[in-house]
Amino acid sequence: MDPRIAIISERLKPIKKIIAVAAGKGGVGKSTVATGLALVLAEMGYRVGLLDLDFYGPSTHVILGLSEGIQPTEERGIVPPTVHGIEFMSIVYYTGKNPAPLRGSDLTNALIELLAITRWGELDFLIVDMPPGLGDTTLDAIRLLKNPSFLVVTTPSRIAYETVSKLIALLSELNIPILGIIENMRRPSDRARSAFDMRLGEELPFDEGLEDALGDPERFLQTEFARRLREVALTIIPRSRS
Amino acid sequence: MHEWALAEAVIATAKRAAHEQNLRRVTEITVKLGELQQIEREIFAFALEHILGQEDPLVRGAKVVFETERAQFRCRVCHFEWAFETENLSSEITEAIHFIPEIAHTYMRCPRCHSPDFEVIAGRGVWLAALKGEE
Repeated sequence: MDPRIAIISERLKPIKKIIAVAAGKGGVGKSTVATGLALVLAEMGYRVGLLDLDFYGPSTHVILGLSEGIQPTEERGIVPPTVHGIEFMSIVYYTGKNPAPLRGSDLTNALIELLAITRWGELDFLIVDMPPGLGDTTLDAIRLLKNPSFLVVTTPSRIAYETVSKLIALLSELNIPILGIIENMRRPSDRARSAFDMRLGEELPFDEGLEDALGDPERFLQTEFARRLREVALTIIPRSRS
Repeated sequence: MHEWALAEAVIATAKRAAHEQNLRRVTEITVKLGELQQIEREIFAFALEHILGQEDPLVRGAKVVFETERAQFRCRVCHFEWAFETENLSSEITEAIHFIPEIAHTYMRCPRCHSPDFEVIAGRGVWLAALKGEE
């Protein structure tokens, strides 16, 4: 019998709300939205954690500007280090810059292990950067995380909409709350939004200055992207409590 | 000291299993330790004993029996099978594998064809192998 499953709910007990940032598709800016959301919530005074579950392409550490040598501490489990006010956990502490060529069952095992041994502090929000797709990790996160709500990210492209609509259909079928649908990288010339539920629709601009602010959270928080993300955060926080 | 986290997991699972099997008291818990995770057996045994001592009567007096299992790998590409050796791995790598055994796929390769696409066919980590008790 796998001993780890039974302890996961205990490990997640100090967390009031888990928000999974997902897209069903790569390249739409999930990690940037997830990390940005964690940063603006921490700036607002909330206690925030950030968990990177994109084991193949972890990138939230790049956006946070994680310094080399920072590692979780061992204290009856592993305690995530606090990075720019955020309790931060990622497989990158163990893989470094190397690839993690994992098959589905290995992904599941790694996720279960991480959830079973990570000791989070008292958190108002745990933001989870989900991997692209509807595969093992997405299904495991739905199964193992405590009542997660989803924040769905797309871009104005019809290609992104096509895939993201499948994620929304799945979440709706499973009665999983969707806090918002963010249309990221929006330019003034983009066509009008139409496909999704407008009550949940939020927009984030294509911000020319964002790339240079990656790795520098102070600068990141001064971008137009972050300014709009604060407004999005204020919209979705009340939804996360209902 | 992350052995404590896994010890807590073993006890929580033993209690859950005892309830499912309608056991009034658990007398023996058999834990299998897979070699790949390199659990410090003394720390793990100490943690289990300490946690059991503070638990409710359902599991408090239970004896813990350990079984160890050698880690064994099979390459999915060339089907070669081999055993776990730490000699060529740095302490940072063995520690990373200790925390998350799947990290083996980041640092280890099939000794014959060098593929990272291999299975851990035995000895991955901690497993609750058996439970004895009184109904």
